[in-house]
Amino acid sequence: MSRATREAYRDSLLPLLDGHPDLICLDTDTGLFSAEHAAAAGEQYLNLGIAEHNLMGIAAGLAACGRMPFVNTMAAFATSRALEAVKIDIAYNRLPVRIMATHGGLAAGHLGPTHHALEDLAVFRVLPGMTVVVPADAAATETFVEQSLSIEGPLYVRLGRKPSPPLPAATPPVIGQAQTLREGGDVVLACCGPYPVLACLTAAEVLAVYGIEATVLNLHTLRPFDTETLVAAARPATLVVTLEEHWRDGGLGGAVAEALAEAAPTRVLRLGMPDRFVDEVGNQEHLVTHYDLTAEQVVRTVRTALDTATDRKDITT
Amino acid sequence: MTTTQVLRRDTLASVAARIRSHIVDMCAGPEGGHLGGGLSCVEVLTSLYFSVLNVDPQRPDDPARDRFLLSKGHAAVALYATLAERGFLPVEELAEYGRPGSRLMGHPVRAVPGVEMPTGSLGHGLALACGFALAGRYAGHDSRSFVLLGDGELQEGSVWEAAIAAVSLKLDRLVAVVDRNGLQLTGTTERIAPMEPLADRWRGFGWAVRDVDGHDADQLAEHLAAAPWEPGRPSVLIARTVKGHGLPFLAGRASSHYVTLSERNHARATGALRTSDAAT
Repeated sequence: MSRATREAYRDSLLPLLDGHPDLICLDTDTGLFSAEHAAAAGEQYLNLGIAEHNLMGIAAGLAACGRMPFVNTMAAFATSRALEAVKIDIAYNRLPVRIMATHGGLAAGHLGPTHHALEDLAVFRVLPGMTVVVPADAAATETFVEQSLSIEGPLYVRLGRKPSPPLPAATPPVIGQAQTLREGGDVVLACCGPYPVLACLTAAEVLAVYGIEATVLNLHTLRPFDTETLVAAARPATLVVTLEEHWRDGGLGGAVAEALAEAAPTRVLRLGMPDRFVDEVGNQEHLVTHYDLTAEQVVRTVRTALDTATDRKDITT
Repeated sequence: MTTTQVLRRDTLASVAARIRSHIVDMCAGPEGGHLGGGLSCVEVLTSLYFSVLNVDPQRPDDPARDRFLLSKGHAAVALYATLAERGFLPVEELAEYGRPGSRLMGHPVRAVPGVEMPTGSLGHGLALACGFALAGRYAGHDSRSFVLLGDGELQEGSVWEAAIAAVSLKLDRLVAVVDRNGLQLTGTTERIAPMEPLADRWRGFGWAVRDVDGHDADQLAEHLAAAPWEPGRPSVLIARTVKGHGLPFLAGRASSHYVTLSERNHARATGALRTSDAAT
């Protein structure tokens, strides 16, 4: 049974509160925590109202006094509305605030571009000292919540809204370490988040039918970035394709391209949300398909690139 | 040395005079500084650091300490001078302000002992101070959190987000002071974005409000020491001040906002402060 990552976060945080009196959950009336959840958390839960700058500021003040706040807002608001408080009050002071950002990517679906977050990874991964993670399913979310207690400095966690498709069982991910979901020597498919990871796993199976072996890397941690694993996977490969639920620039594709350009120049093709705002109604699944963040596009991209490369080789030889 | 011990050997007025003199010297340095808004809050800072705050330069990290935040971070020169006079950093270090390699930046940074949080972008301090006050409550301390806001700063919406939160959280160990000098960079607050009736605005948000002379350090100290004034409510002291206070050729003028004092004006300023010291 598939669960929403935001609910997995909530349900894994609540039992931790008792044993960790320094934890405090700050909300902005997101509705994620019901009256029952709030009652279960007792004094360790506060609904501050709809004020995201204020949320980050109060969290920073608490963290400066030795608390570890988990703050709840939507990714869109954490990224753009509250960014200055995140940058100056939290990141600048290296404070251990956990920014639990729901409705990441296109998860807000029909609610539209005001509620989509297609720039959050680009924005958060440039902030010094920030850890940025994108769990691909509920199980990973639970693991990350637990691991977050020992992460120094601020943390951004991109969560979803509704249940996302189930992923094949894998060893639990570790923050900061890329997760190799499949090994193959021809191409690397690098991805993060529920739909892209699933699409890349499917694409790898299809590519295998065409005789193309793909490594699938779940690069769930965008910062600190596991360049070592990426480079090791990319060295034997002729091509790296990235897929993410994010505008094409600055997110995972950007991180991969930057890392490889410096450490192991490899051709990188970045797939993501086209350079525009969503212009039609659709739930997350519809939008992901509509904008072609799909296994089909990954397969097409790999095959076209490899064919072109082969053609070029044929011409030059 | 505790606040009480410091007070015994000095008067608030004489400390304020020394702080004012340091500010003038710093603004005669290579980068200049926010002179007008620094001078307007001298008595507020003096009363806090030399009479009200439970802080100890020997134990700057004491978890039960009172906390102060300069939300109008551009008045860094005033904070540095106050912290130096209070023993958090050597007075001689003030000469380094604005010079390459110094830790005394144009806006306060945590590298300076006694600075709780970096500030400078306006509209951040009140929410941070709410966090401090909340943490104090969780820890069971009877400490208080103080924050100094500029009056122009009140145009930032985030101030009012925090003003709402402070009331809903019943943070009565939180005390805000507004440096009501009436001027911002290009003119009067009332021309640019009217703030009056300011006390009513805060009252309307649910705060306990007092509206006082911001240059009477003894009176400021009395009010600040007495907070909370109403149980269950945060307190805000509107300190009526004059931008550039102490320098007749700049006082009450928006042009005092950021000044690099020439050698001639530095001498004029020093002379003016000396005259006003003699008068008090």
